Amino acid sequence: MVKEAVNLETVIGLEIHVQLQTASKMFCGCAVTFGAPPNTLICPVCLGLPGALPVTNRRAVELGLRTAVALGCTIAPRSQFHRKNYYYPDLPKNYQISQYQYMDHPPLGMDGWLEFTVDGNPRAVRIRRVHLEEDTGKLIHVERDGIVTHTLIDYNRSGVPLMEIVTQPDLRSPAEAREFLVALRALLQYLDVSTGRMEEGTMRVDANVSRRAPDGTLGTRTEVKNMNSLRAVERALAFEAARQAEVLAGGGAVVQETRHWDERRQITFPSRTKEEAEDYRYFPEPDLVPIAVDDAWVERVRAALPELPAQKRARYVSALGLGPYDADLIVRQPRLAAFFEEALAAYPNAKALANWLSGDIAGVLNAEGKEIDEVALRPPTLVSLLQLIDGGRISGRIAKDLLPDLIRDGGDPAALVAARGLEQISDTADLERLIEKVIAANPDPAEEFRRGKDKALTFLVGQVMKESRGRANPEVVNRILRERLRG
Amino acid sequence: MDPALLPVSELLPRLRRRELSPSELLAAYLTRITAHDGTLRAYLHVDAEAARTEARRWDERYARGDDLPPLAGIPIAVKDIICTRGVVTTCGSRILEGWRPPYDATAMVRLRHAGAILLGKTNMDEFAMGSSTENSAFGPTRNPWDVERVPGGSSGGSAAAVAAGLAPWALGTDTGGSIRQPASLCGIVGLKPTYGRVSRYGLIAYGSSLDQIGPMTRTVEDAALLLQALAGWDPLDSTTADLPVPDYTEALSGGVRGLRLGIAREGMGEGLQPGVRAAVQQAAAVLEGLGAHLEEVTLPAIDYALPTYYLVATAEASSNLARYDGVRHGLRVEVPDIVEMFSRTRDAGFGPEVKRRIMLGTYALSAGFYEAFYLKAQRARTLVRRDFERAFERVDLVLLPTSPTVAFRLGERVADPLQMYLADIFTIPVNLAGLPGISVPCGFADGLPVGLQLVGRAFDEPTVLRAASAYERATDWHRRRPPLDGARVS
Repeated sequence: MVKEAVNLETVIGLEIHVQLQTASKMFCGCAVTFGAPPNTLICPVCLGLPGALPVTNRRAVELGLRTAVALGCTIAPRSQFHRKNYYYPDLPKNYQISQYQYMDHPPLGMDGWLEFTVDGNPRAVRIRRVHLEEDTGKLIHVERDGIVTHTLIDYNRSGVPLMEIVTQPDLRSPAEAREFLVALRALLQYLDVSTGRMEEGTMRVDANVSRRAPDGTLGTRTEVKNMNSLRAVERALAFEAARQAEVLAGGGAVVQETRHWDERRQITFPSRTKEEAEDYRYFPEPDLVPIAVDDAWVERVRAALPELPAQKRARYVSALGLGPYDADLIVRQPRLAAFFEEALAAYPNAKALANWLSGDIAGVLNAEGKEIDEVALRPPTLVSLLQLIDGGRISGRIAKDLLPDLIRDGGDPAALVAARGLEQISDTADLERLIEKVIAANPDPAEEFRRGKDKALTFLVGQVMKESRGRANPEVVNRILRERLRG
Repeated sequence: MDPALLPVSELLPRLRRRELSPSELLAAYLTRITAHDGTLRAYLHVDAEAARTEARRWDERYARGDDLPPLAGIPIAVKDIICTRGVVTTCGSRILEGWRPPYDATAMVRLRHAGAILLGKTNMDEFAMGSSTENSAFGPTRNPWDVERVPGGSSGGSAAAVAAGLAPWALGTDTGGSIRQPASLCGIVGLKPTYGRVSRYGLIAYGSSLDQIGPMTRTVEDAALLLQALAGWDPLDSTTADLPVPDYTEALSGGVRGLRLGIAREGMGEGLQPGVRAAVQQAAAVLEGLGAHLEEVTLPAIDYALPTYYLVATAEASSNLARYDGVRHGLRVEVPDIVEMFSRTRDAGFGPEVKRRIMLGTYALSAGFYEAFYLKAQRARTLVRRDFERAFERVDLVLLPTSPTVAFRLGERVADPLQMYLADIFTIPVNLAGLPGISVPCGFADGLPVGLQLVGRAFDEPTVLRAASAYERATDWHRRRPPLDGARVS
């Protein structure tokens, strides 16, 4: 790894393309579905056939508007689509219908911000603009013996609605960029605007990176592309920032260029495409009338916004008494928050729920690489499990043991406990038999405890628990042992 | 007399009275096409078999006395820039040679619903870029009045077909005069509707903010009938107006008494052929005689119209025509490198005028030139529009010649694009302003037809048609037939 020049600040701005959750494409009625056979979700419009005309998907505008409002953007009363002209075979018209930043033809939303937390500290990043556009088709390069023999094109993705969110260069580290993206993804999911999954390409991130000298001079920036996960973003930006620092430290100059992240080699490399100064010849799209958004529409959207992450976090802390860490951990995962709130409705101990979710459950999910809604565990199952603990029917230990199975298979915890004979033993006579056995087998610790060494009791309780295969009620065992040895 | 020479308004009652069957009518056109189209080349493609099948279907329905749609069994010629499902649509270009659209343009869908039969696709300047139909990749169309002369363009094939009785009527498209100018040069009626009145869905784009589909007919009444079938909001074209469609035929009968007509001073100035000036002045006098009030109006920004048009239309065209790259449809020149394939395909597929306009438009949109050219042109366009708005504060219609000259000789202007562009000097401003304009036959100069252009307020086709119809009823220019076969109607 190259050495970091500590006196240079890292400056990062992001461009995020988000695939909108609409039933149909941006400018035609073709369905937006994944995994359909190639070139089956196409029509004259998204194939760019001569004579076909686009018609704006109102739902996509609504979702864009919802996002722009939630990001505190100024909404353009009349925003305009533009044509971005360039030749590429995945682009059936050889222009992309997008939005451009002309003064008299503004994009949907401008000048917003997003609040998020980094290590528990509040941060805000300014949003330059939010605009709508259409996706391109997908090129599939067919190789033989490592050489591309021909290229196939699948236009199913052509015309799928995209929203582009562009930040100001307000991010100061790769970790911060990652946290911002986590927060943005959460927002998009709360808004029901996008699934926001980088791995599936429903959220795509390009980054502009540069270094700023202590005197404020901003270095030349590079654009980094092809990062397919949050981790990749963080690593690619770290690599690129360090690479630039090294170039500068060696007296060199950073070249303005597009660089691709190579996941396998964990490096960025300059893209091989010719770096001509691209002239996209933007001009207002004459086939589409401007999107007119009146105040009433904006107000309707604003009124219908769900509770946003910042509000939710504050409520969890102040009204539910969660710690900031637990609150943030839940809030940043909208599906986890939904799980939490559903469970909370049936089980009012928010802290206990949060502990389980942020502790053992998060542990199992992380190990399996899954999200809460991808497993069989449902809120009522978790509530039942916690109620079994509260009712003294099982120990916390048993509950933890049962968790992986319940997460994987779901089911009724009470039935599972009964079937496996895991019910807690609180019966004094039963426990006394076990305790006698443990004392007999461990005379030294028993003696130590008798002589006043409290720590020995923990060991003995542990032995009883072990002997009972976790079923013994630890509080009762504790009491009986004290009475038996010191009483 | 040959039914092929009758206007549709007279054919429909004969079909209903079963004095004539759709198949007989179709046969009359096919016979004339066989006789004359070898010379005229109005058609690029005649869909005889499909048309015969359709006609037989209408024969039966007429025989059964079914309730029939308004244009049942009436053939129509369609400019080859309008998509017809399964029927070759080339735009007069090598780059689309043999291309069969998988869908019908909205105009075609509406015509089929109304009962019309697609007779064939008509010749045109490549991608509607031209004023003589000489820019067709498949050879020029000739003017039925003098086969050594051009029929005008770009809808020259449609104009020639209607004038020569090779179709009862036709669809044209008009971006800068491409319906009205050939109508004028061929002695027929051509109506460019208000921008947004007729759907452009399936009209292969040249200048998207200017293009309109419209009727090319023998009479004003036919223009009203055909517009009735075409007009209206289309969910597939966001630039169509969601406004009620008036009854255009009903609008024909009002007369011009009390109507205020403004003769555009700029239309009667230098560069106008004397015979054209005389015919237009005479036409104005006829309208005055019918009770219209005449006055002079001025459209000073008309001086900017031509350069404005050649920036706006070409800028849009440079982008619209980018899709012809050999990847998905039409011509492909096979070479291993994709960029090379793009440029070789486009080089082989486009003719010189199309290339000229793509280059002009690309330049006008380029970084550093956008403000000086494209944006400035948009501002000039606003000035042209305001000129008309001011005129319409005082008058109901503006009168202009359709074309400054009668039909010119084949080859006469090919080497001089600027001279060719001047053919549309009086029609282009109307497209820039998005207004409805009609050309009606108003006399002859040197034995060739002259057209009078009437321009109305946006969506005021009824007034345009009313005045044109009153003029037509008072004159017989529209009854003159080209000397093709001695079938001249007296």
